[in-house]
This record gives sequence, C-alpha cells and structure tokens, in this order.
Amino acid sequence: MSTLAPGARRKSKAGWNLLGLLVFVTAGFPVYWMVNTAFKPAKDAIDPDPSLLPTGLTLGNFSRALDIADFWGPVGRSLIVSLSVVAIGVVVGTLAALAISRFAFRGRKIVIVGILAVQMIPLVAMIIPVFLLLNDLDQYDKLSGLIITYLTFILPFTVWTLRGFIVNIPKELEEAAMVDGCSPTGAFLRVVFPLLAPGMVATSVYAFIQAWNEYLYALMLLSQKNQTATVWLGNFTTKHGTEYAPMMAGSTMMAVPIVVLFLLVQRKMAAGLTAGAVKG
Amino acid sequence: MSAADTTTPTEVPPPMSVPPPSRPVLPRRKRTFNATPWLLLAPCLLILVLVLGYPLVRLVTLSFQKFGQSQLWGFLPADWVGFDNFTGVLDDGEFWAVVVRTFVFAAGCVIFTMVAGMLIALLLQRVSGWVKTLVNIALVASWGMPIIVATTVFKWLFDADYGILNALLSKLPGVEMIGHNWFASGPQGLAVIMLLVVWGAVPFVVITLSAGLTQVPAELEEAARLDGAGAWGIFRYVTLPILKPLIVMLTTLSVIWDMGVFPQVFVMRNGHPEPEFQILTTYSYDRAFVVNDYGQGSAIALITVLLLLGVVAVYMRQMLKIGEVE
Repeated sequence: MSTLAPGARRKSKAGWNLLGLLVFVTAGFPVYWMVNTAFKPAKDAIDPDPSLLPTGLTLGNFSRALDIADFWGPVGRSLIVSLSVVAIGVVVGTLAALAISRFAFRGRKIVIVGILAVQMIPLVAMIIPVFLLLNDLDQYDKLSGLIITYLTFILPFTVWTLRGFIVNIPKELEEAAMVDGCSPTGAFLRVVFPLLAPGMVATSVYAFIQAWNEYLYALMLLSQKNQTATVWLGNFTTKHGTEYAPMMAGSTMMAVPIVVLFLLVQRKMAAGLTAGAVKG
Repeated sequence: MSAADTTTPTEVPPPMSVPPPSRPVLPRRKRTFNATPWLLLAPCLLILVLVLGYPLVRLVTLSFQKFGQSQLWGFLPADWVGFDNFTGVLDDGEFWAVVVRTFVFAAGCVIFTMVAGMLIALLLQRVSGWVKTLVNIALVASWGMPIIVATTVFKWLFDADYGILNALLSKLPGVEMIGHNWFASGPQGLAVIMLLVVWGAVPFVVITLSAGLTQVPAELEEAARLDGAGAWGIFRYVTLPILKPLIVMLTTLSVIWDMGVFPQVFVMRNGHPEPEFQILTTYSYDRAFVVNDYGQGSAIALITVLLLLGVVAVYMRQMLKIGEVE
C-alpha cells in the first residue's frame, strides 16, 4: 500500500502476484486436465502416476468417443433446439423489452416483477408438471416440446437483458427521428435497431449457450433415441465402465466451442449493461 | 438450475456513475388506454403463461392429488386427497434429513462462493496486469464450461484409481490415497460436489465484484487511511457498504442457484444418487419419476419453492432498486 517504502512495495506486489498465479492454476487446472487427458494416448491416461505435462498427442480418444455412441445426431438436435430457442426468444424478447422500456402503461410494473420473479423459480421444481403438460399436448419426445419448454427460462432472460440495452439508447434519438418525419416504427427500425443489434447478437449467443448446456429437461423430455448433446455426455459409459480418456475428448468437443463463444460475448454482455449511453 | 445451468441470466448492474435510464415519459394529457405495449408483450406473456404459469398451477394442484402411474396413463382419475401428500412427506424422517442436508450443502456453497469471490476480486486489485489477465482467462474459461462437462471433468479428477487428485495427494510424505473413493461417504462426496459448484460459481462473483470495486472512490479510501484505518477497517467501513447492493444480489442469486443444484449430483452419482446424496431437488425427482408418485414429488418441489420465497423477495427488491424501475 502507499505507506510502504518502494522496495517493500515491490516485495508485497510479488507476493500478491504469487497468490494470483496460485488462483490461476487452481481455477484453470480442471480445464487444462480435461484437454490434457483428451489428447493423451489412452494407456498414459490410466497411469497410476500420471505426468502433469502432455505425454504425446493423439486423436485416438476423439475417434473412440465418436464411436461409442452416435455423436453427430445429438449435436444436430442440440443445434436445432438451441437455434430455434434463440430465434424465437430474441424476437419475442425484443418486442417485450421495447414495451417495458419505452412505454408507460398501467400494469407495467407488475409485468416487470412477474418477468423477474419467473426467473427465480427453480427449473427442477417445474419438471413434473411440465412433463405432464407435454404428455397431454402430445409433445413428449419431440424437439418442439423441448423448444417451447426452454423458452420459459430463455425469455425472461432475453427480455431483461435486452431491456438493459434499450434503456441505454437515448430516447432523444428516436424523438429526433420522429420530428424529422419518421413513424414510431420507422424510428425504431432506423435508429434503435442498428444501435441495439450488437446487444441482440450478444444476448443471442448467451441464450444459445444456456439452451445448449441444459441437461435436466433434455434428459426428461426426450427419449434415449432423441437425446441431445449434454445427455450424450452425461450418459457416457461403455460396457467396460467409464473410459475417461474418450470421455474427456467428448467433453473437450462439447466445451471448447462454448467457451470460445462465451469469451466472445462475455465482455459485451458486461459492457452493454454497464455502459451509459446518455452522457450527462 | 445451477450457477450455470442453471445458468440463469447474469447481469452486471449499471454502476452508480451512470445517470438513471430515462423514465418513460408520461403523457401530459389524460392517460388513455394504449394497446401498443400490450401487443408487443402479448407473444412473450402468452408463452410464459402456457409453459410456466399453467405448470405452476398444475404443480400446486398436483400436490393435493393422488397422482401415480394409473393417473398418468388415464386409467384412474386424479383424486383430491387434501394434505395427504404433505403429511406423507413431512412424516417421513428421511425428508427432514434431506432438508437439513440441502441447507447445509447450499449454505456451504454460498459462503465459500462469496468469500472466495470477494477475496479473489480484492486480490485482482493488487496484482500486476499480466497476472490479472491470466486469472481472468482461467475464470472465464471455468465460467463458460457447460455444467455437465465440468461435472464429468470433476468425476475424472476425483476418480478413485486413476484420478490426478489421489495421485498428487499420495506424493505427500506418509499419505496413501490411491484407490480412495471420494464418494463412499455422503459428506465427503457432497464436499467434492460443493467444490465443483463453487468452482463454477466463483467467476461470476469475482467479475461482478471487480466491476463494483472500480466504483469505490479512491478519495474515500485515502480519507479512511488518514483517519488511521487499517486495511481491514477500510474494507469494513468503506468498501463493504458501497458493495452491499451487489453482495445482496449475488448472495440471493447464489442461494437460489445452490438450492436448485441438480445435474451435478445426478451425473456425479450416475443418475442414481444414494440416500446420503439426496438433496431436495433429487429427492423430488426420485419421488416422481422413480417411485412414480407425482403427487408427493410435486409436494416436495412446492415446499422447496416456498422455502425460497423469502430469499426471492430480497432479490426482487434489490433488482428493482438497481434497475430503477421504482
């Protein structure tokens, strides 16, 4: 701190850095170990005294993971579900977000409280009635059933997040456009929408990740033959028990694209919600 | 469902320096009914009412009905049985063990998450730029990991025979851990699952609190220092009060997420959690889908939701304050 002599300060800085590196190693190790195991020759993976450094590079575990059970089918289904959820969620969510951020109307606060409250219901608690509802609607074991179910947790999220992006767009811009002869719709399309687009992209990616990662509903609402990618990984066992090296290869295939996507939007999500657009 | 899968939205509230979002301008003339916002809201509300509102009502009605296999297939009507499901659940000694276990587990997760998150956020203020970057990369990578992937990875780390953790621990003099099964006992196994939950939840807390820490004015810290406050004093009387709204929000969110932990336990125990691993969520699931008693399963789920209501109320108040919709 500032009261220390320069030498002492450098020393304390080194101490903090050492602690920081310890945090880095601890937080990063599981991710490192997953990738490390995925590329290891299978016999090195079950060494009772495993080497912490990579011992060789092989893609054998990946091909083994793809052989154990159909991989591309579940991935395709996960893609269909996630993309559909994002498409519906972002369009419907944008409309709703516009309503609560740009209009004053009776009942607005109740709607906001409702949308916030909905996010607080643990999804696990809803699985029984949702399962029975889809059963009644003949939507059990159908991707459409899963899509509509996912909207329950994606919609509140998209509405609330997009609302955050919309309130950061100064109303004055729209008003100016309307003074210049735009209709409210025209003002939205020409002024708000271009400014909102990056936020919509980030929200979409984030919603995609959430839908892609969901496990419980996918497990419960689809049969084995229609399983999605997360369920594929969760059920990863062979006749010989769990083969960890292929399982880590499968995990790597599932995680890396998602982590990359996450890295791309994470900053934008934080920035979009914190950046003030109206400079006072 | 989890800190991630549950991945409920993560929101960084706008910092205090941002002027409040302009409130909707109320028309000066007499307020007439305007259909536009309702038309915009209609699709969203329609979906939520159908797939969330209706099942929520159904959850309540199910809790008061006898609903098993025969009712599911429509052979028998669902009869109203009053509070039978609840009395059945509450009279069951195991249920109370599950409640206590859930509270201990969730409390442990929340406390460790918040304390570790706070400490790391404070640490990041004191390290060099390159260390900060490294830590941030590790944090975002672990945050972005799908829960199910994280769970399989932890399964592997803690594997009895080939897990790296046992191998590393056995390197310590006098420690022989190879072959040690972490999941042979409930408390030990749940501690591993707790570690998994905390590992996944800490990044969000660190990143949110780091954003909050940038809002703490340096002048205030300086003033406190001149008044003779030590590092702890500054934290306690300057930093903490400024971060309080964030801490309240993060804590309530964590409680809600950690009470709703499911896939971590479920996948760790290969889809069949043993009795000493049962928490409220898995217990409700078991009652409904393993024993096929949907009525009692719903009653357990409903009790879980009711237990969380108080926490939710605190969160909502905080969110409404932060979101300035008051």
